[in-house]
Parts: sequence; C-alpha cells; structure tokens
Amino acid sequence: MKKRLINGPYLAWMLLFAIAPLFLVVWYALTAESGGERNFTFAHLLRVFEPIYLRVIWRSLRLALLSTLLCFLIGYPVALILTSRPFRPRAILVVLVVLPMWMNFLARTYAWLTLLEKNGLINAILSFLRLPPVDILYTDAAVVLGMVYNFLPFMVLPIYSVLFKIDRTLIEAAEDLGATPLTTFRRVIFPQSLAGVLSGVVMVFMPAVTTFVISRLLGGGQYTLIGNLIEQQFLTTYDWGFGSALSLFLMALLIVTGGILMRSRGDEEGGLW
Amino acid sequence: MKKNQNLAKISILCLCLVVTLTGAGCGASAETIIVYNWGDYIDQSVLDDFERESGINVIYEEFDTNESMYAKIKAGGTAYDVAFPSDYMIKRMIDEGGLEKINLDNIPNYAYIDDRFKNMPYDPENEYSVPYFWGTVGILYNKTMVDEPVDSWEILWNEKYANEIFMLDSQRDSIGLALKMLGYSLNSRDEAELAAAQAALIEQIPLVRAYVGDEVKDMMIAGEGALAVVWSGDALNMMLENENLDFALPREGTNIWVDAMVIPTTSKHKEAAEKFINYMCETEIAARNCDYINYSSPHTEVVRGLPAEITSDIRFYPGENDLANSEVFQDLAALLPIYDRIWTEVKAAYQ
Repeated sequence: MKKRLINGPYLAWMLLFAIAPLFLVVWYALTAESGGERNFTFAHLLRVFEPIYLRVIWRSLRLALLSTLLCFLIGYPVALILTSRPFRPRAILVVLVVLPMWMNFLARTYAWLTLLEKNGLINAILSFLRLPPVDILYTDAAVVLGMVYNFLPFMVLPIYSVLFKIDRTLIEAAEDLGATPLTTFRRVIFPQSLAGVLSGVVMVFMPAVTTFVISRLLGGGQYTLIGNLIEQQFLTTYDWGFGSALSLFLMALLIVTGGILMRSRGDEEGGLW
Repeated sequence: MKKNQNLAKISILCLCLVVTLTGAGCGASAETIIVYNWGDYIDQSVLDDFERESGINVIYEEFDTNESMYAKIKAGGTAYDVAFPSDYMIKRMIDEGGLEKINLDNIPNYAYIDDRFKNMPYDPENEYSVPYFWGTVGILYNKTMVDEPVDSWEILWNEKYANEIFMLDSQRDSIGLALKMLGYSLNSRDEAELAAAQAALIEQIPLVRAYVGDEVKDMMIAGEGALAVVWSGDALNMMLENENLDFALPREGTNIWVDAMVIPTTSKHKEAAEKFINYMCETEIAARNCDYINYSSPHTEVVRGLPAEITSDIRFYPGENDLANSEVFQDLAALLPIYDRIWTEVKAAYQ
C-alpha cells in the first residue's frame, strides 16, 4: 500500500517528462502539416536515410566510439591507480577526478578554444620549448579531445567503484598460486570489473553520440554531428518533423546498442546501471 | 479510496509545481519585460539605467541568428515583450500575425529616426517596427596575411587562404553571399541559381576554418584567420582592437540590413515594451549604444554627433545610391523550406 503511494510522484514525473515528450517526438516524426491539419507520413523518417544524413550519423558514431575507446584506455589505468592507493591519497585523487565537473561544462569547453587556438596557450608553450605547433582546433581531433576530456570521469568512476569492491583475498590467492601480475589482472581482476567497464562505456558513449555543444564549439560549425543536425531542425529551420525523426532514429540506435551491452553484462552487480 | 485521494493530491501538487516553474516571469510582478536581442548588441549599462528610471525590470536574453530567434518565439514558452529581428524576418513575422502593432504616440522619440528608414518595404506603414541599427555585410581581412586587394566575394573561394577563412553560421547570409558571388540576386527564387550557390558553398567547405557567430571577434582580433565574413559594425569594432584588420564591401554587391525593435504577440506588457523601445531611441541612450557596438545608427541626432571620418565612410554609412547592386533581404515565404534544406545539406556535407 505505502509503496504504491510513494510511486505516485515518480509516475507523475515519468508521465510528464518522459512519456509525454516521447509521444510528442513520435507524433511530430510521423506527421506533416498540410492545409492546416497534420497527416500521417513517412517522409521525415525516409529523409533520415538519405546518404548525406547517413554520413552525418556514421561520423557521429565513429567519433563517439573512438572517444569511448580512448576514455576506456585512459580511464581504466586511472581507476586501477586510484584503488591501489592507501585511503587518504585515494580520497584526494577521487576528488581531483570529480573536481572539474563542479565547473560548468560549457565554460570548460570554451576554455579549450583559448587553449587550442593557433596563437593559443598550448602553442605558446610549445613554441617556447622550440617544439612544432599543434593546429587541431576545428578538426576531428579537437572534437574527440573535447569528448574525452568532458566524459572521462563517467568512465573512471564506475570502473573505480567496481574495482574497489573486488575481494582482495582472490588476488592474494592468485598470487599465492603463482600467477604473474599480468595473469592476475587478466584472469582475476579484469573479468570482475567488466560490469563497471560496461557502465562506463554506456555512460560515455551516450552523451558522446548525442552531443552538439562540443562539436559546435571545437568543431567550428562546419562539423555537423547528429546532435547538431537535430538542434538545427528545432532551433534554426523550425522543421520539427525532421528533427523528431532524427531523434527517434537516434533513440532506436541507443536502445539497440544499450540493449546489446546490457545483455552481455548479464546479472553481475556493481555497475551504475 | 483514501489512497487514491492522496495520489491525486500529490499529482496535483506536482502539476502546480510545474505550472509555477514554467509560468515564472509572468503574473505576480506586472512590471517585468523580457527582451530578446542579438548577442553583444547593447551597452549593458543602458539596461540598468532603464530599470532604475522606469521601475520596470528587464529580463535580457540573447540570440545568434534571426532564424533561431524566430524558432524560439514561435515555439512559445517564453512571453517575449521586445525582440530585435532584421528586415526580412520582420516581414515574415508580420505576415504570420506574430507582431503587435506599436502605438507610435507612445514612442515620441520615433521623430529622431531618419526618414530613410521609415516606410521600409518590410513594414510600409511603420506599424510594427522601430529601427535600432543598420549596416552591411562585408569581408574583414588581416592585412598581414592578405596581400592582394580584397574587393570580391571570390576571395573566399581562393585556395591560398585554405583554413584561414571564417564564415557566418547564418543561413541567409551565407547563401546570400554565395548567390552574390555568382552574380545572382541574394533573394533568388530560381532553383538552378540556388543549386549553384549550394554547390559553391559545399565546394568552399575545405577552405573554411569555421562557421561562427560572435566568436569571430575574438578569433580575428587574435589573428587566428586571414578573412572573415562579418557585419559592418563588428568590423569597425574589431578594426579598433587590431590595427592590422581592414574591411571591404565586395564589388558584386552585398546585403543592406536593418534591425528593428518589435513587440511579438507573446507580449503581456505592451505599454512597458513601448516604454523600453522609446527609451532605446533617446538620443543619449542611442548614442551610448552606438558608441559601444559601432553599428550604423538610424538616429539623426546620434549620426550628427559622430566623427565625419566614420559617417562619410561608405562602408559604414553608405548613402542611398552608393551601393547600387546591394540588396535588402526579402522574406522568402514559400521558398523557405528550400533555403532550409540547402543550408542543412551544406552543413552536413563536410567529409
């Protein structure tokens, strides 16, 4: 009885902010206005599959996957290092990982503009050290950099929380039985941290594939990702039908990839999802 | 039964919360107006003075293109009282019934507006708009990086300047200049001409460093690019900040535009909005804005107070016959979806 009462606000919240908007997206994606009334149409959805837009979707997926991979390659060792420290330094290190997130995401991304400019801070330091300048602003590399920089904590934290809970005695047992550190990692630690890795992958991949701010600022506007395309339909060209169709497609894509990841994760505990 | 009642109560509570949150800004205090202007397009101290002198609070929001302003107002959600669209967008909003008529009896300072900017084609009877600033679009270039004369839009397609060119992230301006470069009208309704402009813009993509809005100012002042498409007032501002920068109007002609203050039908405080518009036209206030943003003023007294070297410069104060092949944007009405599609495809075409 009590339980259902507590569910009330949650249900109302979901209805208002998840189900209703979702319904609107489907509605706009499948209808077009003609002569004052909205008629059912597949035109918007079909337009999503035009080669020019498929290329945009492919580019978004490619960059998001690359960023996720980089986050994993950087994030996993970071999480390992965090767990291997004694309590006090570890607490400080974890705070340091989270600290940038206390600042506004937009402000941090803008800061990269100043850092990466041709005559920016990084190049000033490089030229002072007599090193060749880097010119990556408004390219793939800058966008991936922005994604990795912004989403890295989402990879580190779930892996860290799983690694932290691994039973130390299992590791000791492996060592007692003669396993090298590499074998211990491969056979004992990594398999047990898989749930955290999958959570991290989902939590980095989703914002990376939908972002429009990072690509807009660091990609320089010519750099259209699917997020930019959707934003443009709603905020500039006022084509809610096509924008909704793109959103619907993106949602379907995420549900499918998310589903695959969840399934492979099985029932292991410990991730954030 | 009891349980259901509680559930209902909680649901209603939630709804109330939502309504109050979204409805904030209207209701309680009648004297708050929401102003929607271009980014970096006012001397902020003017707003403080207006609030102090009139007792009306101002919520000030900014947009970066006419199209995004239109989409936001049209989507509803915020009851804007004053907006600053350009000519063609004013026409479109009038035609769609999106603007309130302004009572000019409440805007005595309208008398200062130069007759040249009255009875404009977008608002022939001066019923809906009060001009704020006007100007042109041209090419800002860095003299240390560009050694040839800059007098044509074609220089933006010159491979010598690959990765040194900043374009405007604005649909009408970018398509318009491509049309002009090809020798067509920037209000072209001819599908073949538009297809040619689209092809030209796609061909140009590899040369463009970025499509930007107000960021262009920081970039050009810092010497991050050789050429940039900018509006005349911003050009003057940047030239004052970096003496290596110069500004040119291409010989193929350009766009002459007027930004004006309007009252969208979303407004709930029309009289306060009119007070605000009148205040913006006070000589001292308009002069301060002009001094800050450096665009061309339609205010006769403000222009009288400016140095002759600026008012005689046809790049910033072109006379009515100076820019023969330049045009004012017209509303495209039925052709709009085609322009939208061109721009979407150009932006998506990057390899």
